[in-house]
Amino acid sequence: MKALLATISLFFTFGLINGSVATAHEISGYMAVEGRGFLGDPLYPEQKRNNASVAIQPEYYHEWENGSSFTFSPFARLDSRRSHFDVRELNYLWLGDPWELRIGIGKVFWGVTEFVHLVDIINQTDLVESLDGEDKLGQPMVYLSLPMDWGTIDLFVLPYFRERTFPGRDGRPRSSLVVDTDNPTYESPEEERQVDFAVRYRHSIGDWEIGLSHFTGTGREPTLLPGSSQSGDLVLTPFYEQINQTGLDLQLITGGWLWKLETIYRAGQGDDDFFSGAFGFEYTFSGVFGTPADVGMIAEYIRDERDEEATTPLQSDVAVGLRLSFNDAATSEMLIGVMQDTKTSARLITVEASRRLGSSCKVNLEIYVFSNVPPEDALYDLRADDYVQLELTYYF
Amino acid sequence: MKQLKLTLKLSLILLLLPLVVAAQTPEENGLAIAQEADRRDAGFGDFTADILMILKNKQGREKIRKIRIQTLEVEGNGDKSLTIFDEPRDVKGTAFLTFSHKVRNDDQWLYLPALKRVKRISSRNKSSSFVGSEFAYEDISSQEVEKYTYKRLGDEGYDGQDCFVIERYPVDKKNSGYKRQVAWIDKSEYRTLKANYYDRKGSLLKTLTIEGYQKYLDKYWRADKMNMVNHQNGKSTKLVWSNYKFRLGLKDRDFNKNSLRRAR
Repeated sequence: MKALLATISLFFTFGLINGSVATAHEISGYMAVEGRGFLGDPLYPEQKRNNASVAIQPEYYHEWENGSSFTFSPFARLDSRRSHFDVRELNYLWLGDPWELRIGIGKVFWGVTEFVHLVDIINQTDLVESLDGEDKLGQPMVYLSLPMDWGTIDLFVLPYFRERTFPGRDGRPRSSLVVDTDNPTYESPEEERQVDFAVRYRHSIGDWEIGLSHFTGTGREPTLLPGSSQSGDLVLTPFYEQINQTGLDLQLITGGWLWKLETIYRAGQGDDDFFSGAFGFEYTFSGVFGTPADVGMIAEYIRDERDEEATTPLQSDVAVGLRLSFNDAATSEMLIGVMQDTKTSARLITVEASRRLGSSCKVNLEIYVFSNVPPEDALYDLRADDYVQLELTYYF
Repeated sequence: MKQLKLTLKLSLILLLLPLVVAAQTPEENGLAIAQEADRRDAGFGDFTADILMILKNKQGREKIRKIRIQTLEVEGNGDKSLTIFDEPRDVKGTAFLTFSHKVRNDDQWLYLPALKRVKRISSRNKSSSFVGSEFAYEDISSQEVEKYTYKRLGDEGYDGQDCFVIERYPVDKKNSGYKRQVAWIDKSEYRTLKANYYDRKGSLLKTLTIEGYQKYLDKYWRADKMNMVNHQNGKSTKLVWSNYKFRLGLKDRDFNKNSLRRAR
């Protein structure tokens, strides 16, 4: 709340100074309706076969003549099971020369790989919104970016911690034990008011993209400990450790090949420090079979030193993907992914397809199939949760 | 006396000059025309413009894209450019940053606003369609002289103007979608008025016609309309340019990954 007030007062201060307007009071955004159908019967009595929901994310944007700007973007989903609200963005961008300073709630992405985002740590994952971890909660921040001839330095002060969202008792898919998000525990006595810091160096040198980062503060990925809720039910309690994490992300272009590497070294979570990494490539064939379509192949290997102790389901997996871009007027696209655990037989198959309808609507299809998941695999709880989801989005 | 001699010598040279040009091979001649066109456009500094892209399918149904571009001239290297999408609205804020190079592949980054992600992408697939249009990436990228070899085919009238007809061949034969291109360039101002694109098998693939040239800053010609017709699939894409602005004082800092993320 304090960050919010600070942002608003800054907004008015600079607004008065700057005066003239480049992009005045622009409102855009989207509304979406979504239906999700599960292919099998639920494992837990609170869950249902089908689910329908609506979501909205408007955005207000105002830019002054000198390039400074203000952004406000709230998000809401209304649903019988996963209703939630979040402020994705509420920030003032002060554009200097050559630096820029962003104050308020914002979103930042770090990294290069497609199937996992190990290095990306600033924003908390919104797991209620999607399983792929690509939806993020707004993060209060003071973010200074300094572009220089020898690369860009990004400095972050993160004054407030956001807890990870997890599906509730009637959420689907969910873990067999419900995560008790009402009673998180922290290593830091400051709990969510602990101030975190991060620094990142990034640069493009010829065909290389390089990113080197360090984060110190409350880990975004909790350790889930068995416990009991206030009503006495067996639950998982999220425990947020104080961690230090160094990350490296590299990408090299050689002709049509993109080579990608992300690796992190984390200290403070569990008894031992550990490495985790993802390495892979992407290659695109254009104009296949005499059509304008492009076909991209993606392959990544993901390894987490903690093995079964890992707080993520992908600890030793090979992921392959096929990206089809039809290059038609409706921008039809499809991404098929297969993630195969190399130690257990577990396999996750995903399909994402989309195309534009008319000039301002888009239809998205998403399919998740959990196949061959043995009891020892982290995805075991999701074994009956294969689903098909259809979403229609209107952009304004 | 000495002065007179020099003047005589100079006029002799000047008299002989057209002969020298004529004595060039068709290849040298073609290159000289491309270089002259490039020289005439040098020094613009920077410019911005709005583009309305109209995609037309075989049945004549139209789809629209709205794009803004910003270009910075870079001395001794290819231009830097920022291409920002306003419509369709689902791709609003999507932007490309391109550092073009005279010889090696261009450097290119794509910004995806929903994920706030900047992605370095390969610029090698030059023949790929640009956002589903009949323009390929290689058609809209910075047309550096060094990206082609040339040959002058002869002269021809086009649209009432006396034109050079030159043929050009992509240097990067492996990745270009074309075997050759034939361009009609008017002799008075060195503006491209029409171009035919031949696919890798040598058949006519597309024709580009450029209309409505206007002069800016008393020197630089920019067109209002470009129409690319694909003869093989019956589709076409028209670009309607407007709101050209020159020398806004754009700098390198307006063409980095931070400005790509800020692009609206």
